[in-house]
Amino acid sequence: MKPVKVLTLSALVGSALVMGACGNNNADNGAGGNGEEGQDAQLQGQISIDGSSTVYPIAEAVAEEFMLEQPDVKVTVGLSGTGGGFEKFIAGETQMSNASRPIKDEEVQGLKDAGVDYTELQLAYDGLSVVVNKENDWVDQLTVDELKKLWLDNGKTKKWSDIREGWPAEEIKFYSPGTDSGTFDYFDEVILDGGQIDKSATLSEDDNVLVQGVTGDKNSIGYFGYAYYLENKDNLKVVPIVNGEGKAVTPDAETIKSGEYEPLSRPLYTYVSNSAVKEDEAVKAYTQFTLENAAALAEDVGYVALPEEEYTKQLETIEGLK
Amino acid sequence: MENTARVKSEEMVSRIDGRLAKNKVVKGIFLTATIFTSIILIVLLYRIISQGAPYLTWDFFQNFASRRPEQAGIKAAVIGTLWMMSVVIPTAAILGVGTAIYLEEYAKKNKLTRWIQMNISNLAGVPSVVFGLLGLTIFVRVFGFGNSILAAGFTMALLVLPVVIVAAQEAIRAVPKELKEASFGLGATKWQTIYRVVLPYAIPGIATGSILAFSRAIGETAPLIVVGIPTFVAFLPSGYLDSFTALPMQIYNWTSRPQVDFHNLAAAGIIILLAVLILMNSVAVWIRNRYQAR
Repeated sequence: MKPVKVLTLSALVGSALVMGACGNNNADNGAGGNGEEGQDAQLQGQISIDGSSTVYPIAEAVAEEFMLEQPDVKVTVGLSGTGGGFEKFIAGETQMSNASRPIKDEEVQGLKDAGVDYTELQLAYDGLSVVVNKENDWVDQLTVDELKKLWLDNGKTKKWSDIREGWPAEEIKFYSPGTDSGTFDYFDEVILDGGQIDKSATLSEDDNVLVQGVTGDKNSIGYFGYAYYLENKDNLKVVPIVNGEGKAVTPDAETIKSGEYEPLSRPLYTYVSNSAVKEDEAVKAYTQFTLENAAALAEDVGYVALPEEEYTKQLETIEGLK
Repeated sequence: MENTARVKSEEMVSRIDGRLAKNKVVKGIFLTATIFTSIILIVLLYRIISQGAPYLTWDFFQNFASRRPEQAGIKAAVIGTLWMMSVVIPTAAILGVGTAIYLEEYAKKNKLTRWIQMNISNLAGVPSVVFGLLGLTIFVRVFGFGNSILAAGFTMALLVLPVVIVAAQEAIRAVPKELKEASFGLGATKWQTIYRVVLPYAIPGIATGSILAFSRAIGETAPLIVVGIPTFVAFLPSGYLDSFTALPMQIYNWTSRPQVDFHNLAAAGIIILLAVLILMNSVAVWIRNRYQAR
């Protein structure tokens, strides 16, 4: 049948054209990049990174900058989440795995069984910010115990007056990151101690949903990464958290960096495979590049840099891998 | 006698008003439904276009993803989606139409066929994440394709396959019996009849149904995330085993970022996704009109 043939043919030609066009483009890019760079040794290779969507903006920034210097190293960054990233790391499908919490015991065991040696690197700090509605004029500060009382499920609906006397007898609405996220894991560890989060809480993997929720309801409370608070600080009120020394601290670049904002400051990690660093020049260069530039790039995307010497120390560890 | 007849017709007259009123109410309900749907659509389109249109610059098509919203572009995602579709369309079309022809023309109408048929219909309702897990296990790990175009393309092809099969079956079933019988009567074999009579007649239906299914493959995010398709890719693929990223992945990432600028970029990405979908649907309409005219 003629029409059928014509159709198949045009489909083939069409896809061939698309492909041809891509091929050319690619070659052009490669050549242009090669010509410009002269001093640094040009590396080639492929680096797969996956993991936490919280760490993703930093990883994206590092990859973007690195590929300007080394256009022939093809870096890809995914956002399967901390747990999903480790699964791929254990399976040997990635060379680096981003995480917004420290590695768990079972993941350490998985890596051991798979024979993957790894190094843990810290890239930046994030301060989990506890926020309430802008019109909430009663919450001035919260202690860790009060956070516990707020968020742990006690089988009943909670009112603000249950938490502290004098607060209004209005029902509290909770907004929390989803249980798959490293953000939840961290909060679970330092505040909930593994206990059940209030069952009425709205859980969402998308932090913007939490921002919307807290913005829209006077009696709501939520928590998420500092960057989300920073972008929406006109619509939200951040709650100072009483730290171990009994001082109420508001999260900001200073207090997160100095460690004064605790216990809700958390480091963001990336885990790198030792054998990849040792055997692949590109991975080694990329890891070094990451540590050299993480401070500036992390602040670019809304996180807080570690103190300078932390990066230097980690760089030495990487250089010591032989 | 006469009396009762008159009473009846009077009764009927009095009921006419009731029926007309009912007619009006029902019409009102349908009209409201239509208006309501249209309003939602218009609001949605308005929001997306007013948010995204200012970001639709030439640079947006030329640049790769970036941490700076003003420099971020969608090049890798658009090209990646085209590559992926160049795997999805032939795979799903060949497997889908082939299965449909077999089931409609060759298979005996017995219990086994009915069981297969039922399973195909059920597969159409399976959540897309499940197909993602299947793709991860089989294509990424067992076949060793990694998170490549091939792995994602095959996964998406499987996802849309049931819909393609059912659409093709409907289209093949709609071919008039007389045409087929005339063909057999002239001494044509089964394959000749299928190739020269059934398929040409069924192509408009198959194309319409399949392209709607392919549109779904363009918009799905969940299976891609599960398969492990990366989001940041600053190079174009040069073969089917290369890594790539696709439009929904990039849009998903941008909507979940804290900065408002990225949300606007996501809107611009959605406009492009919509444009691709409208383009595909117009191809479907064009194919249908072309073949129906003959």
